[in-house]
Amino acid sequence: MTEQSTGPHSRHIGYLVARRVVQILVMVLFVGGNLWDWQVLRGNLSSSVLLGVVPFADPLATLQLWAAGGLLASDILLGAALTTLIYAGLGGRMFCAWICPMNPVTDLANYLGRSFTWFRAGSKRDPRRPLGRSVRYWILALALILSGVLGVAAFEAISPIGMLQRGLVFGLGLGWWAVVGVFLFDLFVQRNGFCGHVCPLGAFYALVGRFSLLRISHDHTRCTACWDCLKVCPESQVLDLVSKGSGAILSGACSNCGRCVEVCHDDALKFSFRQQGISLPSGG
Amino acid sequence: MGDGQGIDRRGFLSRLTRGAAAAAVGGVVWGGFVREGQNAPLSLRPPGALPAQDFLGKCIRCGLCVEACPYDTLFLATPGDRAPTGTPSLTPRQVPCYLCTDIPCTVACPTGALDLASVTAEDGHSLDVNRTRIGVAVMDYHNCIAAWGLRCDACYRACPLIDQALVLDYSRNKRTGRHAVLLPRVEPDVCTGCGLCERACVVEKAAIFVLPREVALGQVGDNYVRGWDEADQERVNPDGGAADQVDRSGKGALDYLNDGELEVDDD
Repeated sequence: MTEQSTGPHSRHIGYLVARRVVQILVMVLFVGGNLWDWQVLRGNLSSSVLLGVVPFADPLATLQLWAAGGLLASDILLGAALTTLIYAGLGGRMFCAWICPMNPVTDLANYLGRSFTWFRAGSKRDPRRPLGRSVRYWILALALILSGVLGVAAFEAISPIGMLQRGLVFGLGLGWWAVVGVFLFDLFVQRNGFCGHVCPLGAFYALVGRFSLLRISHDHTRCTACWDCLKVCPESQVLDLVSKGSGAILSGACSNCGRCVEVCHDDALKFSFRQQGISLPSGG
Repeated sequence: MGDGQGIDRRGFLSRLTRGAAAAAVGGVVWGGFVREGQNAPLSLRPPGALPAQDFLGKCIRCGLCVEACPYDTLFLATPGDRAPTGTPSLTPRQVPCYLCTDIPCTVACPTGALDLASVTAEDGHSLDVNRTRIGVAVMDYHNCIAAWGLRCDACYRACPLIDQALVLDYSRNKRTGRHAVLLPRVEPDVCTGCGLCERACVVEKAAIFVLPREVALGQVGDNYVRGWDEADQERVNPDGGAADQVDRSGKGALDYLNDGELEVDDD
């Protein structure tokens, strides 16, 4: 649906453009649902109704509500199950790269950090790594525990993603500042800090997407080890097999954003459906 | 986590302690922030909303109720508002609830935070929007010009349950000695908290306004019973008074006296 043929023009930013189009389209449909009564997509990313029939729900928000002690209505459980199934198939963090409106914000910070030497968060010159990659999983656990203790969805109460995506549809208020905060954090404190280290929603989808069908696969026989993919990848640890072995990128942390596919000059990376485990190196 | 190999016991304990400390500090700050948001008791919730804490435990903040409202009454709280961010709310002075008979907001709620059962008529099928309890209207008689003796009944006329939820008490105007005072009075058991009265109030800052019921209403407790109210009297005799039936109970009070069963000292 969103994949485009790799013509000469789209070759370098085709997926990027497609992602922005999908991200904007989803939010426009939500805004239209609120302002002009469009029936295509109503609600917001926490819970929505497609074409007046199909329910979707943020499975992590639903899980928090469940932890908070509410026996939930069937609508929301159905929606959460449907959403989980879709992302389990497509790659859990596909949400992060293709839907989440915070993604353009952190991508911009990432881009600025790569392009201008004065933003050096996480670079070799400024090797501070305040937070590890696993912090998000602890935050995820904490979110569920706090939801249980406080009787309210704890991450939803403070989520900058929630503030942004709700704000775009229903009005931001001071929610802007949460978005600015995420941007500055990523730019000055830690590269890819929010999406790659902090966000429990991304962590949740990483777990959901562990066995997804759609994956990036690598052919190390074509790889010339230019490392462009690693430079552009927001979760570069998932590309650990680049130039070493061939097969699918199996880590749930991969968001299927497709940037590595685009920047690869050697056609060594491509979208593919999951093979049985990691295939053996095909060449000598 | 890649640097986990070859770690010694001291290193492991040190990391464990640091992690636990970080989680504890983070959890306390985070929890405190969330708790503070929970303690915003003045938010008015859409029709059918569960009691405050239950509501917060179920609301997923999707805004489907907001979109369903044909009057743009509802809005989702933003971080600037004094309510948990993203939860639906209304400000009756700006846009009150017009009590749609099909209650689209409650119907749209996917989680049951807006509870359809609470606005369903006793027959169990049809919706009865008059069971809505958004809050309760409260009067500030000191700033009510009707209480001054001026002729204003704007709130009374605006009330969709006129003469039931909002009544006029007639009394003499002691100041002039020759006029009447038509004093609006809220019946809290009937008032839906829709806020049409608050919207209609003519003074600069409304002298009748809606507050959450938990905030505005007292509680008598179990000690006092309205003996003249059969339903309330049930609380004293939960079995309908059956246990109090004795031989003499069959006779009326009059017979009881006339039959001379009671020794009367008519000294």
